[in-house]
Amino acid sequence: MTHLHDDKIKFLEEKAIEVRKSIIEMLVEAKSGHTAGPLGMADIFTAFYFHILKHDPQNPTWEDRDRVVLSNGHICPVLYSAMAHVGYFPVEELKTLRKFGSRLQGHPHREWLPMLETSSGPLGEGLSQAVGMAMVDRLDRGQNSNRTVYCFLGDGELNEGQVWEAAMLAGKEKLHNLVAIVDRNNIQIDGFTETVMPLEPITDKWRAFGWHVLEIDGHNMESIVDAVDEARAIFEKPSVIIAHTIPGKDVDMFESDYKWHGNPPNKQQGDQALATLRTLGGKIKSEHE
Amino acid sequence: MNTPLNIKLFDTDIEQAPIRSGFGEGLVLAGRADERVVALCCDLTESTKMDAFAKEFPKRFFEMGIMEQSSASVASGMAAMGKVPFLSSYAMFSPGRNWEQIRTTICYNDRPVKIVGSHAGVSVGPDGGTHQAIEDIALTRVIPRMVVIVPCDSIEARKATIAMAQTNSPTYLRLAREKTPIITTEDTSFEIGKAQIFYRPEQAPVKVGIIACGALVYNAIIAAHELESEGIGAVVMNIGTIKPMDRTAVVALAKECGRIVTVEEHQVAGGMGSAVAEVLAVEHPTKIAFVGAHDKFGQSGTPEELIHHYGMDKEGIKYAVRVVLG
Repeated sequence: MTHLHDDKIKFLEEKAIEVRKSIIEMLVEAKSGHTAGPLGMADIFTAFYFHILKHDPQNPTWEDRDRVVLSNGHICPVLYSAMAHVGYFPVEELKTLRKFGSRLQGHPHREWLPMLETSSGPLGEGLSQAVGMAMVDRLDRGQNSNRTVYCFLGDGELNEGQVWEAAMLAGKEKLHNLVAIVDRNNIQIDGFTETVMPLEPITDKWRAFGWHVLEIDGHNMESIVDAVDEARAIFEKPSVIIAHTIPGKDVDMFESDYKWHGNPPNKQQGDQALATLRTLGGKIKSEHE
Repeated sequence: MNTPLNIKLFDTDIEQAPIRSGFGEGLVLAGRADERVVALCCDLTESTKMDAFAKEFPKRFFEMGIMEQSSASVASGMAAMGKVPFLSSYAMFSPGRNWEQIRTTICYNDRPVKIVGSHAGVSVGPDGGTHQAIEDIALTRVIPRMVVIVPCDSIEARKATIAMAQTNSPTYLRLAREKTPIITTEDTSFEIGKAQIFYRPEQAPVKVGIIACGALVYNAIIAAHELESEGIGAVVMNIGTIKPMDRTAVVALAKECGRIVTVEEHQVAGGMGSAVAEVLAVEHPTKIAFVGAHDKFGQSGTPEELIHHYGMDKEGIKYAVRVVLG
């Protein structure tokens, strides 16, 4: 990774718009699926797939690649969109999302799309798998391995006890080669996270389990890249990036409305969303910075 | 008998060993043969007989604490990185508690994780029903891709452990706590997916086939031996692999014998007997009697008391034979 220059930031921000457009188009076509989470994570996935990750779309089984575990599988439209735009498979294929025979299953399945590291959908299971990968990376390559295991989680998903089992193990093992990214968008299916099952103080919880904790604006490309740089530089413990995001980001009618968590836009709403998709003219700073 | 068994099979001083001990020996041998083999245990290392592996391969052994759910997924992650992980706990907790993690992160993902469930069956004894897994065969065999193995003694458990380490399939190995008579020998064949005839009557006409698995294979053989002296010929089949089932052998036994009794330390619903019935209902409808737990939980007691109570001793098996013969 290199430091972000203005040109690179602009490039990533423009890519993020393309990723978002594809998300809306594929959801309209699929007529089912999740809207808010994928749009909220579009900037982060763009930053990862177009800048942060050590990977090769032409050689998905490259042994030296970083590993990506998407734990909250329901936001897979953003994963599929980023992967298609970076060249893992044709962008046109995105329109097959959730259709019979499609490689783009409603929740990711590596049997259908072998370039995925894992299948996911049932919540709370990704971090454990990422921990297993990081433990083997260290077993096989020692402290000097230059591979990093990244695990993306939703915030509502932190209700699952298994996440904390995995967090406890990662803390015990001091897995510096593991970086978790929590999509802190404050919504889950039944409402706001702090109403359904309060997560705060969320940073204290992770620290208590032995993690290095970072908090960022999940829509600021510089913040995203800087946070991952810092996480990779931490040598004695695993890192978690609490990424504050706006669910449904960049489409006014979707933003911060939990009802869009698990629903797709219809054709008319999709057209409207595409028309209003904003550019990221200025960097949006969250209140948490 | 078409396969060499212990010559002391019918002696009162037959050697005994816990089936789980065979797993412990097999895991060390598998670890020596293949450095991809790693082991994870949930705070039951000595009890599930992983201690020898942990001692010989400390870097490849991982103490996971009491976290059966996460551990199944951790094992999946390790398999994704090229390892062949064995995860051991009590069967009640793995695959009992972590079933969905096994289904999604191991089987759906097609990862070669080996789930080792010890202390299965009512013969766990005094610990009581909470710790007596009698649903685990049903839980595992229903998952696509999962191979299910139930060894009948410690020697077969050792061979099964070595064999399953060499496959790319997610696999469940069911073990028992108590010392069990050693039925097989080093020369007895073992192959995943193959059933074997362990007893064939010579003095009485064949009237029934007994299909048994696990520690109860011994009781089935003794029951068949006694039935023979009463003029009832019973062929005993050891079905060490519940899935994939040796359909050819099961159908051949049903055709030869005409009546079948299945014997397992497990719920009748969904267990090995059910799997046999699924095969025979399609290929050769046959009258069957099922020895197992009939929709009941386990309870405290000595293993002998419980095996008798649930009709799994030689008397219970003989009774089932008489019932199925009408």
